[in-house]
Amino acid sequence: MSTPTITTETRPDPSASGNALTQRRSRPGEVAFRLAMQACLLIAFGVLAALLTWVLVKGWNRLDSRLWTEMPTGLVSRLDTAGVQSALVGTLWIISLVALICLPIGILSAIYLEEYADNTRWYNRLLELNIQNLAGVPSIIFGILGLGIIARALGLGFTVITAAIVLSLLVLPVVIIATREAIRAVPQSIRHASYALGATKWQTVSRQVLPSAVPGIATGSILALSRAIGEAAPLIVLGAVTFITFNPDGLDSGYTALPIQIYTFITRSQSEYTELAAGAIVLLLAIVLAMNSIAIFVRNRFEKRW
Amino acid sequence: MSTSTSNAGSAAGSALRRGRRRPVDSTVRVLLVAAALVSVATTIGIVIALVQPTIGFFQQVSVVEFITGTSWTPTFAQKAYGVLPLVAATLTVTGVALTIAVPLGLGSAIYLSEYANPGTRKVLKPIIELLAGVPTVVYGFVALFALNPLLQKWWPTDDGPAFQNLLIAGIAMGIMIVPTIASISEDSMAAVPRSLREGAYALASTKMQVSTRVVVPAAMSGIVAAVVLGISRAVGETMIVTIAGGLTSDRIVLNPLEGAATMTAFIANISSGDIPVGSLDYDSVFAVGALLFLITFALNAVSIRMVRRFREVYE
Repeated sequence: MSTPTITTETRPDPSASGNALTQRRSRPGEVAFRLAMQACLLIAFGVLAALLTWVLVKGWNRLDSRLWTEMPTGLVSRLDTAGVQSALVGTLWIISLVALICLPIGILSAIYLEEYADNTRWYNRLLELNIQNLAGVPSIIFGILGLGIIARALGLGFTVITAAIVLSLLVLPVVIIATREAIRAVPQSIRHASYALGATKWQTVSRQVLPSAVPGIATGSILALSRAIGEAAPLIVLGAVTFITFNPDGLDSGYTALPIQIYTFITRSQSEYTELAAGAIVLLLAIVLAMNSIAIFVRNRFEKRW
Repeated sequence: MSTSTSNAGSAAGSALRRGRRRPVDSTVRVLLVAAALVSVATTIGIVIALVQPTIGFFQQVSVVEFITGTSWTPTFAQKAYGVLPLVAATLTVTGVALTIAVPLGLGSAIYLSEYANPGTRKVLKPIIELLAGVPTVVYGFVALFALNPLLQKWWPTDDGPAFQNLLIAGIAMGIMIVPTIASISEDSMAAVPRSLREGAYALASTKMQVSTRVVVPAAMSGIVAAVVLGISRAVGETMIVTIAGGLTSDRIVLNPLEGAATMTAFIANISSGDIPVGSLDYDSVFAVGALLFLITFALNAVSIRMVRRFREVYE
């Protein structure tokens, strides 16, 4: 009976302090702020999820084998038996070439910048700034580069190889920046140990540093290729907006690609084209998102923490 | 005996010398430098591709008309080459996009960095990165066929938005930029040292106060870099505005409910038709491209500076 009284007199009231704590936790401003921040996340990604679902529903009727066995057509009457085979094959052609052109150049550039370049020299710092700036140049400007220099001045014309070169240059900074980060994450002690065993610089880089950096390089490379698959703007400038009903058969062949084919469908007003566009978008998204998932998985699963 | 010793000695010496300049190592070096020069050649190529036709363009159109003219009608009979309508449309779309993307992106970043538990963050961060990879032609498609019909249906008055308009293009672009802004701002907030937060809590700050008065200011240069990068992406984005933004360029359109061509939309539209090489129309593509390149170049310079500053402070 008396004990509680003493407690109340000698100590601050626990229930009062508890009250103050609860009050702090449930302060209306605090709660509102937390909810507002949460709402930002939900709205932004909820809307995006809703839109992607809408595309899936819209294209549902076209999601069958016609999509990859049939050719695109400009005739509404033939739309029932139309697909995007030439665009899919074109995209595969372009992306294989981009991988062949862009990945070696990108990875070698990154090795130079991280392992060989003396970055107190002005030209190496300029090189680095140049790559950072290129990463932010709008993709349509690369289309202009392709139009003015590669297609016309070098005379390669509006062909698969022109598209592949332009897209390679476009995603080159992505590969370089990702590879550099992966190489930088390999601890110096590994290099020193290798040198101590008498390895040359290149032996150290090729047998110790690069194998350790493979997960990071793979992630960056896949993300770069998936970006190249989705790019449409440079190809528009390179004159790819037509109905092409044949698959490319060589480097100098005409071509179309998935994002360009989708754009071509969108510019047609008939609603059948809208459905076909939605179907093709689902195909494009499936490829791109699958590649990005693999990239992110590789990074989270295989990346070494030193 | 002595011969063999001296032989061994000279063999060891030459091995050492060979080690220092092995043919493999010097070949590799040349190869690496050559690869690194490709990116330099790209920049030089861009500049050459832009400059020559741009000079050709300005031999026929005065710089003053280009910069101050309020009508852009290269395809009309009555030709006019004032770039302001294209710039105004670009600014309008960028403004709408940022109004949406900055609050949503920053809010998402604050929630992820300060409130979400580690498990949620571990799931959400990869999803955000995944969504940042959605091709822009997809955003253009949903803007034109999903968002705009909804906007027209819900519009309270009769004079609703046009079939293609700057508002819907801006909204779609805003949704597109959110993952970029959220992801980069979250990175810079995560780089703010724990001790700063703990210090603020020790002074009896609430979570909101820590977020808004400690974490956000400390991460400010990263946030600014994210926003500038967002602006740069919005200015250079092509597919959304070409599909959903409209074509008008004969006058300055300030009402976002109307359609108008941005710089990128003009380039895309005119080059998807047949334009004879060397004509004024052909050159005008490059002149607008040069202006676009200069604008994004300036934005990138700001962004690179900011990122560097945020790295210097905490790494």
